[in-house]
Amino acid sequence: MRTVYLVTAFVLVLGISVLGFRGKVFTHTPMDVFPDLLFPGMKVQPKFRAQGTSSFFADGRIDRMPPAGTVPASGPLKDDDALYLGKAADGSWIRVFPASVTVNRRLLERGRERYGIYCAPCHGGLGDGNGVTKRYGMGATPSYHDERLRQMSEGQIFDTITHGKAPAYNMNPYADKLTPEDRWAVVAYVRALQKTQTGTLDEVPAKNRPELGLK
Amino acid sequence: MSHLFPKSANKLPLQIIIYLCVIGVVATAGITYYMTPKYTRVGYAPVQPVPYSHALHAGQLGLDCRYCHSNIEASGLANLPTAQTCMNCHNQIKTASPLLAVVRRSYATGQPVPWVQVHRLPDFVYFNHSIHVARGVGCVECHGHINQMETVTHDQPLTMAFCLDCHRDPAPRLRPRAEVTNLDWRAPSAAAQDAMGRKFVHDWNVNPPQSCSGCHR
Ligand code: HEC
Ligand code: HEC
Ligand code: HEC
Ligand code: HEC
Ligand code: HEC
Ligand code: HEC
Repeated sequence: MRTVYLVTAFVLVLGISVLGFRGKVFTHTPMDVFPDLLFPGMKVQPKFRAQGTSSFFADGRIDRMPPAGTVPASGPLKDDDALYLGKAADGSWIRVFPASVTVNRRLLERGRERYGIYCAPCHGGLGDGNGVTKRYGMGATPSYHDERLRQMSEGQIFDTITHGKAPAYNMNPYADKLTPEDRWAVVAYVRALQKTQTGTLDEVPAKNRPELGLK
Repeated sequence: MSHLFPKSANKLPLQIIIYLCVIGVVATAGITYYMTPKYTRVGYAPVQPVPYSHALHAGQLGLDCRYCHSNIEASGLANLPTAQTCMNCHNQIKTASPLLAVVRRSYATGQPVPWVQVHRLPDFVYFNHSIHVARGVGCVECHGHINQMETVTHDQPLTMAFCLDCHRDPAPRLRPRAEVTNLDWRAPSAAAQDAMGRKFVHDWNVNPPQSCSGCHR
């Protein structure tokens, strides 16, 4: 009997030393205790999940691009040039915000949050172009406090976010990450950042001066 | 006859029963320990086609999760970034790095980068990221400290018990919405967390589903 227990203990120690403990990092596919082959269930259903692969399409992607020249049946028609392109009816860049966008505190707060996520890594929290990536080789990032960028129209900033900066595309488009409304919120926040350098005391309403520690 | 069976054989049936009990206990312990997701899934860190490091990008550079996983607030599915997202920076940083060859090829040809999926629920479970993000459930609750991982590692078991643990009492694990992607955030004290959590549950009317049809629809 003694030997039986000894052998059992040995097998146990052997097993533990092979299997290790919980939390061990491994790279092989996780073991499935009830594999679908033996226990057919609904774990893997014949359906497409977003960003998956399929051998049906030549390029292997489940997510399809809309065919050229088609207009999505859902969503707005995007016929408002000011809102979607930043252009006036005559094709020039607009120098105001589109009529459907109201600039208020909420828009600016939204703009600040979006700017912090999508722009600050390069353009920096202050808009001076000294984001964290500058040290690693993004030397081209300009400061918003250049005279040229101060004079830039709202429409053009919007277009830079939407289409990137041609022709070199040192800055790529951000249209996939920001909806048109969010893009206008970011434009408003960029304008606010520029104001931090050019604003004068006279522009602060008298009742808000104490908040800034002024008389 | 007495030559065939020594006296000690009288104890044999009892010994066998005891031994079977011992084996039973060992087997039960072994199965609970080794055949549950805490062992089979936690720690899964597949080799990715690009040695992309969250510790560098999300930790050291401080990129927000949403810079890459940009649909997380709007959609049930957390998307992986496009190759263009990587090229936003890598068109100027480390442009010749051999480690990024796959990303550059994907950017040029449109062939996706074949990332290996780490977290995956069975198809019979409905899960939605945006509701959790909107209710202040931090990424860290289900994915662990991604911002310290060189390679994404499965950190939580993601079993039904794990989901229900929180759904039964979410208050201690809710945080302000602005801190959802800040994985290192912690309430200043346990009491503060408790007060804040109860307030969020009340203000946002948080009532996570506990009925089967909530997650198995
Ligand atoms: C990955 C780094 C990066 C990010 C993120 C980034 N930019 Fe840029 N941005 C650049 C670079 C580099 C340039 C310079 C492009 C050039 O001159 O060719 C630039 C230029 C610009 C310009 C000036 C364009 C011009 O005509 O000179 C504006 C305005 C701008 N960015 C706004 C934004 C906004 C708004 C965001 C956030 C949605 C943003 N950028 C995010 C890198 C970035
Ligand atoms: C620079 C882009 C980038 C940023 C920023 C980023 N990620 Fe990722 N993330 C990726 C890529 C690419 C993958 C796929 C490769 C992998 O799994 O390592 C990924 C994978 C993941 C996965 C695993 C997905 C799966 O297959 O199950 C999780 C979870 C995740 N990220 C969470 C986060 C969290 C949380 C943050 C914020 C702290 C974050 N990510 C920030 C690019 C990014
Ligand atoms: C905000 C800018 C930014 C984005 C976006 C970004 N990276 Fe990076 N990446 C960096 C920086 C900065 C480094 C470090 C360079 C250094 O160490 O000099 C780096 C380094 C790397 C390296 C190591 C390269 C080497 O040769 O050591 C890899 C691999 C990498 N990134 C992959 C990715 C992938 C994949 C994506 C897209 C999911 C991505 N990066 C998106 C900024 C970025
Ligand atoms: C309540 C738990 C929970 C929270 C909170 C959570 N996730 Fe997830 N995440 C999951 C689960 C479960 C999956 C696997 C989903 C599936 O099977 O498609 C997943 C998958 C992912 C994936 C991979 C998606 C894919 O299809 O490969 C990414 C990326 C991701 N999460 C990022 C994040 C980020 C970033 C956050 C924080 C904003 C976050 N998650 C918060 C539970 C969570
Ligand atoms: C840390 C807490 C936490 C964890 C872990 C968690 N949830 Fe939730 N879940 C919530 C909260 C909070 C809500 C929001 C409830 C509300 O708004 O009423 C929610 C809501 C949901 C909903 C309802 C969404 C809808 O559209 O009705 C589903 C489904 C869900 N969770 C599934 C899951 C699954 C599956 C898991 C496990 C992978 C999980 N949750 C893990 C906290 C959590
Ligand atoms: C909070 C979400 C949630 C709720 C509510 C929920 N489940 Fe689940 N359930 C899950 C998840 C997630 C899994 C997958 C676990 C895994 O993969 O380890 C699962 C797995 C299961 C399985 C295992 C199937 C298998 O083949 O392994 C059964 C059975 C099940 N659930 C039944 C139920 C029943 C019955 C109820 C109602 C009393 C219920 N579930 C409520 C999230 C939920």
